[in-house]
Amino acid sequence: MIELRHITKRFGGVPALEDVSLEVRPGERLALIGENGAGKSSLMNVLYGLYQPDAGEVCFDGQAVKVKTPAEALARGVGMVHQHFTLVPTLTVTENVVLGREPTSWGRLDRARAEKEVAATCTRFGFQLDVSAVVQELSVGSQQKVEIVKALHRGVKTLILDEPTAVLTPQEADELFAVTRHLSDEGLAVVLISHKLREVLSFSTRIAVMRRGKKVAETTPAETSPEQLAGLMVGTEVPSPRERGEGQGEGPPLATLEKLTAKGLHEISLSIREGEILGIAGVDGNGQRELAEVLTGLREWSGGTFTYSGNTLRSWNPRTAREQGVAHIPEDRLRRAIISDLSVEENVSLGRQTRAPFAKGPLIDFDKRRACTTALLEANDVRPRDPKIRAGGLSGGNQQKLVVGRELDAAPKLLVVVQPTRGLDIAAVAAVREQLRDQRTRGCAVLLVSLDLDEVMELSDRIVVLCGGRVSGEFGRAEFDERLIGRCMLGVGSAPHPDPLPASQGEGDLSA
Amino acid sequence: MILEILSSALDAAPALVFAALGATLSERGGVVNVGVEGMMRAGAFAAAVASLAMPTPLGVLVGMGAGASVAAIHGLLCIRWRSDQVVSGMALNLVMLALGTFLLEAVFSSPSSTPSITQLPLVFGRSPLTWLALVLPFIVHFALYRTAWGLRLRAVGEKPQAVAAMGVRVAPLRFGAVLMSGALAGLGGAVLSTSTLDRFEHHMPSGLGFMAVAAMVFGRWTPLGAAGAAAFFAFGNALRVGLSSSAPELLEVVPKGVLLALPYALTLLVLSLQGAKNVAPAALGHPYDPELR
Repeated sequence: MIELRHITKRFGGVPALEDVSLEVRPGERLALIGENGAGKSSLMNVLYGLYQPDAGEVCFDGQAVKVKTPAEALARGVGMVHQHFTLVPTLTVTENVVLGREPTSWGRLDRARAEKEVAATCTRFGFQLDVSAVVQELSVGSQQKVEIVKALHRGVKTLILDEPTAVLTPQEADELFAVTRHLSDEGLAVVLISHKLREVLSFSTRIAVMRRGKKVAETTPAETSPEQLAGLMVGTEVPSPRERGEGQGEGPPLATLEKLTAKGLHEISLSIREGEILGIAGVDGNGQRELAEVLTGLREWSGGTFTYSGNTLRSWNPRTAREQGVAHIPEDRLRRAIISDLSVEENVSLGRQTRAPFAKGPLIDFDKRRACTTALLEANDVRPRDPKIRAGGLSGGNQQKLVVGRELDAAPKLLVVVQPTRGLDIAAVAAVREQLRDQRTRGCAVLLVSLDLDEVMELSDRIVVLCGGRVSGEFGRAEFDERLIGRCMLGVGSAPHPDPLPASQGEGDLSA
Repeated sequence: MILEILSSALDAAPALVFAALGATLSERGGVVNVGVEGMMRAGAFAAAVASLAMPTPLGVLVGMGAGASVAAIHGLLCIRWRSDQVVSGMALNLVMLALGTFLLEAVFSSPSSTPSITQLPLVFGRSPLTWLALVLPFIVHFALYRTAWGLRLRAVGEKPQAVAAMGVRVAPLRFGAVLMSGALAGLGGAVLSTSTLDRFEHHMPSGLGFMAVAAMVFGRWTPLGAAGAAAFFAFGNALRVGLSSSAPELLEVVPKGVLLALPYALTLLVLSLQGAKNVAPAALGHPYDPELR
């Protein structure tokens, strides 16, 4: 049995963990839940030797032990699978698994033996993997399996999974839980870090709730409910999602694409009206990203026309797009939205750093920038509320809140949003969705790209389905049907509007 | 004339080959090494000076040690203190440039070179280091791709977090690679002062260290590729020497400077032709910080 006793950990004075105690027992499936930044991962990183606690101790079978490195944690039977995989993409599955404990003969790496051993581990625990495949060529789901096999191959008795389903499809997630259930039946302790209440309740045998660096409750699935858990995580009652509200319906079209062709897109015709949320549905990689890039000026088009605000565009780049009221919440915030080595306030000024209130003539207006940032952090509940820290030091959820806050701060006319709630916890998801609805109510045209069909259906006034870079269907709100949309996503459905009419002719009652 | 040029290429190649292999080791481990030039200079100087007092083969070992010492500073700066790897390398180059010149003046009262030493004895008509340069690329290749150590080094250059998560310590692994890199660069320098010539000259290694780095890039960070590229550059160098000696009339048409610049121009040309193929180790130039979020 493992005990964490009174663990405290600070990052540059900011407490990430405050006096947290937790037990992990053999054969159990312990869920560690909490909002982003609640300290779930930090706590497990202490157990795994990645962080050194400032106070408190880790005990194995009653004995206090200093776990200084992951190597020591592994030696004591603790393995951890991180949210961001720690795989070397250019190496094979086998090489990744045996790394650090390679079978050798006379210093020479014994590949044949390594592959045989890794394959044996896979078979024993029921994983299907090609052990000689190069990791970067595997799907995300398979890469995660490699991570788990890596730990199992070391003979771990405690396996920590940090947000394992964040990147998986529902099918892959089911498979993962089936396998891990099997592991705990064999006597392993499994710790699941998550904020998805549904999976926590169905998977775990015990639940520990964390909030702002403290453990606030311990319970079992039988004794609790999603509502209670959500309340514990957030600290207050979570407002149940508001009725989805009505768009203003038939605003004038703000952006219209006609037979627009670009790399990855073929003769796309669609229009986005003011005061509506246009959802883009589709299987990943069917032109959604490209569409968002065209609209935001990141991608050139080779044919067709793009009309914005009544003007047929000749040239369009991120700068002119921003000047004309286009805001972009991109899928990959670290690549397109945030510079992680800059401070939070510097990131807030990005994109408008040359204009008031962020600049006074050619100089930075430090006071106003600080004031704006402080207000923005407060309004969007970004934690910690420190304008000076590195943006990369924020948790993913808080980074996203920062980006959303910045983009909406400019009161955009067209808002292009890609996967806005991916990897966020319940409270943050609700907040982001609320903000999108508010923008619509304000009269903003919102283009929402999401791989989560439920999300698209919940938020959108109208849905356009993309398949293979073409529009394969368009649905007004009254026509929303999961199965029909799903068929269009796969390109086998008959769409109600296979060839959307020019926007000026209207689509009927969109807010029905 | 062709044979002459090839033969002279065989003499010029070892220094470049050793240095390029050294650079490859360091960078495969994720540490940028543009300090090869300075490490070669240290090696060349130390080997020559040591050989005044001891048998030249031992002097060569001293040269390797000198290269490794410079590399140790680079390793401390880059790995221990996580400073910028390019800046550290360039700074070491400048320090070594100045130090070499200063020591020449201070110890030997000469602005140009050390006294002559006994060159390394020839084996089958060539310097033993030439033969070593033919074999070593294969040994390094084997070490990098066929041993557990090599697997770890390649992994640490791609994703140190992964290696650390598997319980291997990142810093010693990288430090070892940087030390070896310095020893090899020092060996490359020693070639110049104990085999190519019989003394240390003030201009050594005259940019060969930078060419070695270029060879590593051209060789796509692989030992065999780097060694091949180094041999190719050495050929360019030999071509220059061969052309100016065997075809002096050429000098009347082409300015001497152009001919002198030939190997460097060749390096530049090759690198620009190669374009931006992204084959560098993914973690190259990034210090490893275990608590970085």
